Amino acid sequence: MDMKVAKKKLGLKEKYRLMTRDLGWEPSYRTKDEVFPYVKYEGIKVHDWDKWEDPFRLTMDAYWKYQAEKERKFYAIIDAHAQNNGHLNITDGRYLSALKVFLQAISPGEYAAHKGFSRVGREFPGVGTQVACQMQAIDEIRHAQTQIHALSNYNKYYNGFHAFADARDRMWYNTVARSFFDDAMSAGPFEFMIAIGFSFEYVLTNLLFVPFMSGAAYNGDMATVTFGFSAQSDEARHMTLGLECIKFMLEQDPDNLPIVQGWLDKWFWRGFRVLGLVSTMMDYMLPKRVMSWREAWEIYGVENGGALFKDLARYGIRPPKGWDDAEKSIDHMSHQFMLGLYQWSFGTSLHSWIPSDEDMDWLSAKYPTTFDKYYRPRWDHIRKLAAEGKQFKNFGLAKLCQTCQLPVVFTEPDDPTMSCHRETSYKGEKYHFCSDGCQHVFENEPEKYVQAWLPMPALFREFEGDVGAWMDWVSLRDGQDNGDYVGSIDQRNFEQWRGLATSNT
Amino acid sequence: MSTVFIALQANEETRPIIEAIEIDNPNAVVNRQPAMVKIDAPNRLVIRKETIEEQIGRSFDLQELHINLITLGGNVSEDDDSLTLSWAE
Amino acid sequence: MQIDLRTVSIQPLRNTFDHLARRFGDKPASRYQEGSYDIQAAENLHYKPTWDPDQDLYDTKITKIVMKDWYALKDPRQFYYSTYTLARARQQDTTEANFAFVESRGLADMLPPALRDTALNVLVPLRHAAWGANQNNTLICGYGYGAVFTQPCIYHAMDNLGIAQYLSRLGLLLGDTEALDAGKAAWLDDPVWQALRRYVEDTLVLRDPFEAFVAQNVALDGLLYPLVYGRIVDDFLSAQGASAVAMLTQFMTDWFDETKKWVDAVLKVAAAESDDNRAVLQDWIAAWSARAASALLPVAEIALGANADAAVGEELAGFRARIQKTGITI
Repeated sequence: MDMKVAKKKLGLKEKYRLMTRDLGWEPSYRTKDEVFPYVKYEGIKVHDWDKWEDPFRLTMDAYWKYQAEKERKFYAIIDAHAQNNGHLNITDGRYLSALKVFLQAISPGEYAAHKGFSRVGREFPGVGTQVACQMQAIDEIRHAQTQIHALSNYNKYYNGFHAFADARDRMWYNTVARSFFDDAMSAGPFEFMIAIGFSFEYVLTNLLFVPFMSGAAYNGDMATVTFGFSAQSDEARHMTLGLECIKFMLEQDPDNLPIVQGWLDKWFWRGFRVLGLVSTMMDYMLPKRVMSWREAWEIYGVENGGALFKDLARYGIRPPKGWDDAEKSIDHMSHQFMLGLYQWSFGTSLHSWIPSDEDMDWLSAKYPTTFDKYYRPRWDHIRKLAAEGKQFKNFGLAKLCQTCQLPVVFTEPDDPTMSCHRETSYKGEKYHFCSDGCQHVFENEPEKYVQAWLPMPALFREFEGDVGAWMDWVSLRDGQDNGDYVGSIDQRNFEQWRGLATSNT
Repeated sequence: MSTVFIALQANEETRPIIEAIEIDNPNAVVNRQPAMVKIDAPNRLVIRKETIEEQIGRSFDLQELHINLITLGGNVSEDDDSLTLSWAE
Repeated sequence: MQIDLRTVSIQPLRNTFDHLARRFGDKPASRYQEGSYDIQAAENLHYKPTWDPDQDLYDTKITKIVMKDWYALKDPRQFYYSTYTLARARQQDTTEANFAFVESRGLADMLPPALRDTALNVLVPLRHAAWGANQNNTLICGYGYGAVFTQPCIYHAMDNLGIAQYLSRLGLLLGDTEALDAGKAAWLDDPVWQALRRYVEDTLVLRDPFEAFVAQNVALDGLLYPLVYGRIVDDFLSAQGASAVAMLTQFMTDWFDETKKWVDAVLKVAAAESDDNRAVLQDWIAAWSARAASALLPVAEIALGANADAAVGEELAGFRARIQKTGITI
């Protein structure tokens, strides 16, 4: 046909430009300030939103197609897992504690990220940035849901999962993750991107999703490894968005550098504290271990984080302020957390336990300079007490850090025998911190952090120290959800059911 | 020198992709871990559509990578024919 | 010898999570329930937003609509991420096949030029209106309260983007990049489109998520979709031999039929909650739908000429009848 004109062959970039940023326009009936009211107050200067480089160029048709394929695979596996009592394939019931941490603390964070990315997906004036944030927003609700769905079957058979929605808002250790996400969401859109998109996703989540999930596979938990890897496949896009966002801010104006560096210092430390619990999940809660927290940190912290900050040096970025303190704590933190969990286990909706001889030998091999010297003696002492029928319990209330909300259980970076504790006075009140990093975060924004809801003082105010009333309020069932794994209902059921499954008696 | 990496789920679909990556990146080191394969390379790693197509004998859209991708490290640059991970040298 | 795990019969300790047992009784919950109810933080919010210290991080007071329980606004489709994505992937397969059919048969080039121009002139500028819809639904999701109300909004926002992209592909197929340029120029400067653009820009400054829901999903889209994709594309253009265009917009027609059930369900429950809610909704819908109808009139005239006025009037009457069924009289 003679009318037929050959269509221009459009490359991926040009086609994507037409499918996204060409959709937007400069408003003339309303001002840009009215349409995008929150984009200036943080002081980040952007001269040209079109300089934004789209990290992955997925249009909606491709998004639906590939995500549907991931979803089909995921639900096929967790359906089979539920139908075939897949929970009995895990190596040991102790492993369940890691999943309880996940559902109570991490999944609500996924939902918060979903809300936060919906907000910034609307607040940024650049279409390319908005679309990338919106895709992350819809991915994050996917992660919250796939996690709840995968762990739903565990809830039917084991304790500690049933009240995750109550525990999210009320349980003392969950305020660590909750306050982290609340902090990010109460920040402006650019800081939110550094907090979640860059520090959390790019610098830190690999530590959670990659070695831990590989560990889940190693421990026979197909449901968790499936949601973990399936979520992480979206994470690859999110990490790339986070990296793109930080480069964009730095390229737009040299005045942005000190602001971005300040956020990087803050959010690296905030994220490091939140994800610190992963160290315990890896070193203590995986019955069969793939690698230690130290080894995971070497790969994803030192090697990958190091490469990243070397790359960003061309913009004048230096590694985050807390980096050296983080490195110094790597060989200590998993032990300090687990000792903390054990001594307060009457108040946790998960079980902890005293490591076995075999566990301790593994820990001393992986932590040759610290475990035998500082932590084995404490476990030995606790074990001796337990043998005498006296479980080591700390009924004293933990002093919580005003910033990260963890109990102040850590030691001085340069002296593992000294417990680390900092204080700041602000408007006549005294505030406590677990570290220099958390103290600095507070001192940069005291008006924000004095607002924090701290669960321990609330326990005194509301319940006058009545632990039973507090347990009802956090929906913790005493004698079922809490305490030592040894002798727990979870242990009894797991071993009995597994016995049924693997023998004829 | 900095290491870039990509991790893929260990399954039948990724086997030819991993082979293609090995062909195009002689410096790459393939680490097989439970349920996943992590490929490291010094500074730069390239994934070529054409090489994957030669392995699987059908056309391949590079965005199909998303289905089995676990994680990556490095600056991403994507066009019609290849996806490159790199760190500034 | 080892017996098959499958044959082990063990009694579960409980049927579902506590918060779902409180809402729905002690029985196994659906995946929609598990993935939607009470998954937003509700208590002990830590910090006030720095972007607006008068608000809470999750705040029911930023809208005039008052609900005792925001989780009452159930999505009748019961979409959670997986069911949503699988539904759209299936529709995307159909749409892809339709585009391929039109392309491979050269149907675009067989369109009479006048009809092709009409289709381009009506449809291509609407990709910008669809982007406006995306912005509004993203905002509702971000700032609205409770996952049952807000999660369908992010799905809707991604649909709005998908529709903007299908319209872009339609423009490229029927008129190449020049068609997209011409459509954008018309959206920005042609008097025909200015009332609609002003409407969209006025919705972009709304900060009450429920009013944004009404202005966008109820009023504007409630008139635009049946008018443009029903009357103009499926009826007017097809009757004259341009049914190829209808193949390219089938997604939009199907999508509107599906999503309006959700929109109506939200209105119905919110209006039934209280007379105050009903009055607010009534005012909003009356004001925004009157503006939407007059903004769409010049757009309808591109295709329907002198018949546009009657067509818009009939659509408005149909819209009022639809809204009436939700318990709201305009």
